[in-house]
Amino acid sequence: MNAAGLDDLYREAILDHGRNPRCVGKLDDATHTGCDANRLCGDAVTIRLRIADGRIDAARFEGEGCAISQASASMLTEALVGMNLDDAHAHASSMRAALEGRQAPAGGSLAALLSGVRAFPERISCALLSVHALERALGAAP
Amino acid sequence: MNAAQTARTGFDVAAMRREFPILSREVYGKKLVYLDNAASAQKPRAVIDAMRQFLETDYANVHRGVHFLSSRATDHYEAAREAARRFLNAPAADNIILTHGGTEAFNLVASSFTSPMIAPGDEIVISEMEHHANIVPWHFLRERQGAVIRWARIGDDGVLDLDHLQSLIGPRTKLVAITHMSNVLGTITPARVIADMAHARGVPVLFDGCQAAVHARVDVQAIDADFYIFCGHKIYGPTGIGVLYAKPHFLSAMRPYQGGGEMIREVGFDAVTYGDAPHRFEAGTPPIMEAVGLAAAIRFLEGIDHAAVHAHEQALLAHATRRLRAANGIRIFGEAPGKGAIIAFDVKGVHPHDLATVIDREGVAIRAGHHCAHPLMKRLGVTATGRASFALYNTMEEVDVFVAALQRAREFFQ
Repeated sequence: MNAAGLDDLYREAILDHGRNPRCVGKLDDATHTGCDANRLCGDAVTIRLRIADGRIDAARFEGEGCAISQASASMLTEALVGMNLDDAHAHASSMRAALEGRQAPAGGSLAALLSGVRAFPERISCALLSVHALERALGAAP
Repeated sequence: MNAAQTARTGFDVAAMRREFPILSREVYGKKLVYLDNAASAQKPRAVIDAMRQFLETDYANVHRGVHFLSSRATDHYEAAREAARRFLNAPAADNIILTHGGTEAFNLVASSFTSPMIAPGDEIVISEMEHHANIVPWHFLRERQGAVIRWARIGDDGVLDLDHLQSLIGPRTKLVAITHMSNVLGTITPARVIADMAHARGVPVLFDGCQAAVHARVDVQAIDADFYIFCGHKIYGPTGIGVLYAKPHFLSAMRPYQGGGEMIREVGFDAVTYGDAPHRFEAGTPPIMEAVGLAAAIRFLEGIDHAAVHAHEQALLAHATRRLRAANGIRIFGEAPGKGAIIAFDVKGVHPHDLATVIDREGVAIRAGHHCAHPLMKRLGVTATGRASFALYNTMEEVDVFVAALQRAREFFQ
């Protein structure tokens, strides 16, 4: 299945996270929650964070959708744990900038891993779904 | 398609394909396999040529100039109305309103016919398998006027539950609005039975014919439809034009839809009077070149053997259904007897969008998503499905390419 960029879109790590998403589930003592849904396909992601002393000490997501949206949510949520709020904000905005093509992703970054989506314009919104959910969660500061 | 298949269905698909220039193109270096016909069908040379020739020789605005070209363009435009009349077997061309698309036709009925008679608690009866175009205009009446939408159930096989439908039609029902063919399940509904049910309680009935118009023969008098809607681009014509048939006594009682030029009799400083139907409902410059394309599409369909096309499409559907059933982990939604040539499906463990992206790279175009039918998706318990929809130019080989691509995609994700 080497056709025309498919292997860039569906890299092994993405397929792996898509098949076996990490950090899935509820977070009963979440302090911050954000969700987003794609009106085109119905995919949905909810990200829940527990933030204590300005640091994310737990993160979970629940969602339904394609391999790209679910892998993106899984990898993003996994990466959040341990970040302070400034880092998390910066992480979200650099992912958004990379996925929207406004800046090159840093080598080895999550955005770089997902950058194969750039060749599939109709799928960029799939990768951005969890980014938007995260932005909403971070925006909902107590 | 090979000679044996032609012999079996009496239909020369290879010759038909030559009428559609786009079918010879490649995508990603692969032969195009276009199975998204329920979203929009491709255009035959006859439609493309008719529109180009009209623009090159006869184009002007309609119904207002006294000059030569305006008169020619008006003739073309009114000929399209007559073609639509013929296509639906409507009694008169004045029963035909040309709109800017199917969706506008639903909104026109909701705004001009249904809305004025809605008091809070009045009901619109639709089904669980409607397209959003036959749902959202009724939600407007719910939000703005307190109308109640009643949903006729479908069975797990996608068949409309007629007993349930009948039980919903009551003294508060102002309109029954049902699809003539589901854009997801392919179910063809018994229009005459539905019309009789509604009429028995004095309720008018509207049919969404956007899918049925290309797959079934439509005769609005035989089914006793009060309103019937279809659009140009799904019957091999252009986008930007739709057709609303309405019985004359409804048309003459309906208030205008949009205001503007062309739909008036006289406009004063503090009064306005309106023209007669159908012009009263066609404000502004209409879709003129689209009407020419619509007429050409109708002539194209009239020029081919409907029974042979139907047999061909049913053969494609049967072959695809058989192949998908034989494959592991593929679930088909909609198994109504006599359904039209649409297959909605899902593949275990693969989201429809991933599937569509992967097989697209093999040249296979299908739709993946909710198909503008959120309530139906909820009814089916899914957020999205894949959908392959067939047209008269598809071949058995294309079905095989599609199924093989699905199987490779499935392996890719496992």
